[in-house]
Amino acid sequence: MKTLLKNCKIVNHDKITEGNILIDGEIIASVTASADEKADKVIDCKGKYAVPGLIDLHVHFRDPGLEYKEDITSGAKAAVAGGVTAACPMANTKPVNDNRIITEYMIKKAKEDGLIDIFPIGAMTKGMEGEELTEMGDMVEGGAIGFSDDGKPVCSAEVFRRAAEYAAQFGSFVISHAEDKSLAGAGVIHEGEVSAITGLRGIPSESEEVMVARDILMSKLTGAHVHICHISSKGTLELIKWGKSMGYNVTCEVTPHHFTLTDKELLGYDTNCKMNPPLRAQEDVDAMIEGLRNGDIDCIVTDHAPHSRDEKAQEFDLAPFGMTGIQTMLPLSLALVEKGVIDMPAFVRLTSYTPAKLIKKNDRGEIAVGKLADIAIVDPDLEYVFDMELNRSKSVNTPYIGKTLKGAALYTIKSGRVVFEFPTK
Amino acid sequence: MAYKRKDLLGMKDLSKEEILYLLDTAQQFTEINERDVKKVPTLKGKTVINLFFEPSTRTRTSFEIAGKRLSADTINFTSSSSSTTKGETLIDTVKNMESMHSDIFVVRHAYSGSVKFIAEHTDAKVINAGDGLNEHPTQALLDMLTIRQSKGRLEGLEVAIIGDITHSRVARSDVWAMTKLGVNVRLFGPTTMIPKHSEVFGCRVCKSMHEAVEGADVIIMLRIQRERQGKLLIPSTKEYAKYFGLTKDKLTLAKPDALVMHPGPINRGVELMSNVADGDQSGVLRQVSNGVAVRMAALYILGIGNNKGGMDENAS
Repeated sequence: MKTLLKNCKIVNHDKITEGNILIDGEIIASVTASADEKADKVIDCKGKYAVPGLIDLHVHFRDPGLEYKEDITSGAKAAVAGGVTAACPMANTKPVNDNRIITEYMIKKAKEDGLIDIFPIGAMTKGMEGEELTEMGDMVEGGAIGFSDDGKPVCSAEVFRRAAEYAAQFGSFVISHAEDKSLAGAGVIHEGEVSAITGLRGIPSESEEVMVARDILMSKLTGAHVHICHISSKGTLELIKWGKSMGYNVTCEVTPHHFTLTDKELLGYDTNCKMNPPLRAQEDVDAMIEGLRNGDIDCIVTDHAPHSRDEKAQEFDLAPFGMTGIQTMLPLSLALVEKGVIDMPAFVRLTSYTPAKLIKKNDRGEIAVGKLADIAIVDPDLEYVFDMELNRSKSVNTPYIGKTLKGAALYTIKSGRVVFEFPTK
Repeated sequence: MAYKRKDLLGMKDLSKEEILYLLDTAQQFTEINERDVKKVPTLKGKTVINLFFEPSTRTRTSFEIAGKRLSADTINFTSSSSSTTKGETLIDTVKNMESMHSDIFVVRHAYSGSVKFIAEHTDAKVINAGDGLNEHPTQALLDMLTIRQSKGRLEGLEVAIIGDITHSRVARSDVWAMTKLGVNVRLFGPTTMIPKHSEVFGCRVCKSMHEAVEGADVIIMLRIQRERQGKLLIPSTKEYAKYFGLTKDKLTLAKPDALVMHPGPINRGVELMSNVADGDQSGVLRQVSNGVAVRMAALYILGIGNNKGGMDENAS
């Protein structure tokens, strides 16, 4: 089966070219200027962008164990609707993904659906209890790409050190949800003007920053790659810049909501905007944008965190942290392109090229001959209301539901197959 | 009628006119409370449910008396801090109460924002009787009524609020309301009890007890919640009393006729020394009396007014 994508603006991490992409089976067979290739299926992409399928390094698909919020199938459907062709689910499933069997289960289920590839992040410690290391070697062999205890940050610097050292030996890396829980206390939103106004308990930026500092130093100590996930504060970015300038092996990611929304969203006590790390102040959002502009931030991820309606429809303090985001990453990131913060090649670097490099998947992240045909055809100008019909996740805990968004994947192609088409109403 | 909202959730969103209307109405109700027969038929046939998800005796009793003096059927529903003890959600609890054709809910809850959350999910009128650290609007109204009775005005007065500002819904409601009415509010307390971003209150944050008290017309001492704040925010009540408590000596720094207030219950010898709490300048018991009048005003305005479907709390 051959598919021809005609007249695309082909975006790679370093340049944009006009041309046609011929897909043969799962692989990109040629990228040419001429359109006379023979194909079984032809899609005219005139005026639209062809970008490498987005790779989301940070999602929660809740499978196994909490499938009422999301499962691998529904998560994958939401993913492709957002142009995402590969995702890395965090280990906080039930049971925790701290062994090869669960890792392999996730990969297999996604393969059977055939919508996206899943590269699981294994737990750093057994049961995510912060004490004993997991069988990282075995899990890497089973397909795990990195290790993290995510929402339960490893308190012990010693344990974190050993995990980083050990993961590195198997060519893997550790991912730090940087948070000093004792400093965050019973906080539910950013400690700032809005927490003072609303009487909602605050989480200071420093609860993130002290752990970022520690984990950068653990990278210094071990030489291992430490990836700081969903950074949210200006101070964190300063620390990461310092770590990089010292030559330590540290990288970081940011979510669209942390470069788009501030804690002002919480003035109305909307639990959909309750997340961890919390939405922070304008100066932090500005810092995130600046970090994306100048390349200090390595990639954009969603931290897609589905929760059921009932769980979010509670007293603010009792509602769980997190919002869905895998379908809104594309429009929110393209908004940066429209504002001139980044250009299209930088968009590709942040959403697929660099993520592929970080997880060492050299078969993707680029539109080039011989690479996997994971491609999103993107219309940056398409405006639409993100409603329940478009939402493919099982959950709807996002402040963007009912809002007008701009920019969408018209087609998502996974391993040469069209797995999503934007619905025409 | 100057108050067209469905609910009374807080002082932050109210206009100066709405606050004054509530105060003026409360002033009229003080007279009923001084009568021999303290009961009017105003809310006869109306059902008021006191939904208390957090323990309270004083506020609940005050609302109960207020409802009864207006001839409303007042029922108390008390539950532990969360309605979910039996697995029922807060909204289900409220919906059940609403189904019994209740007209007004008076709600106290341990979490900030939860009374607004309830108001958004019920057609009944909702009065916030204290939500988490957020607001306690009737307390602010009774504070202002007491001050206005004592000083004859509010505008231009120097009011000091002293104690745990961060964790005080009373302080928040007082600040939002008083600053709108032209009161100069100053705040003071241990640094551990002053929010990091206190500039949002638009008040002067004082550096010493001396600065806080000096020249004040009114001093509001907040209650230290020993059971809640544990040992982290202050080392001991003894030390608190020394540096942050109001003694007769410190009171001399204020205006000679300064009024001393406290939302109660007082930790005697901690935030207020007994000779101040019981002294000539104390307005503490007047606050309690005014509490009933204020709550009658709130119940009356929401209960009698046709304010359903009017401007609601979200309309800002």
